[in-house]
Amino acid sequence: MISRFYDVIIQTVCRLLIPFIQVFGLYVIAHGHSSPGGGFQGGVILGASFILLCLSHDLQELRKRMPLKMILLFCSLGVMIYAGLGFLCLLLGGDYLDYGKLHLLFPVNEIQSRSIGIFGIEVGVGITVMAVMVSIFLNLAAPEAEN
Amino acid sequence: MIWQIDLIFLAFVLICAIASIMVKDLLSSAIIFGAYSFLMCLLWSEMGAVDVAFTEASVGAGVSTVFFIVAILKMTRRSKD
Repeated sequence: MISRFYDVIIQTVCRLLIPFIQVFGLYVIAHGHSSPGGGFQGGVILGASFILLCLSHDLQELRKRMPLKMILLFCSLGVMIYAGLGFLCLLLGGDYLDYGKLHLLFPVNEIQSRSIGIFGIEVGVGITVMAVMVSIFLNLAAPEAEN
Repeated sequence: MIWQIDLIFLAFVLICAIASIMVKDLLSSAIIFGAYSFLMCLLWSEMGAVDVAFTEASVGAGVSTVFFIVAILKMTRRSKD
């Protein structure tokens, strides 16, 4: 569907811009619990950087950087991080997603362990949202035979 | 929160919302819908809801416009009615 469109300016600008967009997405995820932003917004920005790669180059470039198996793996990996952290707290004797119990595993006090738990949740949400955004885009853009 | 700026943004939001429904060309409709999302983002950040504005800017103005345009690539561009 999206074939290669040779334009030096668009390709060079996008190639220079995409790493900065991805670093900004990671920044939004990492500072999600103390400033505006969070897992969902950072994941959307990360996914948009891959969509920009597909729009500025072509579908094969995106397939090369992010194969379909990797997208499916990321889709489930983020949910697994989220649910895994929740059940880890359950195993340690607290409630589901009760991050305060994580201080039994890591050498931090209870308040810091709550911060770490929220960060882990944000990372899981970000990974899943990124993969789902790319997967929705590929479902819309790719020819039907490839889906 | 300054109500004059709110009112200006709200007027632009209304204009964009009506225009994106009334316009015949689907591609211009999608682009005007992106402008609508961005104006909603400005309105929300002006009202102090920075988190909602961030989501609206990344999802509404960024990704969903691309989704609309990619969907328009798969159909005839001009509306029939």
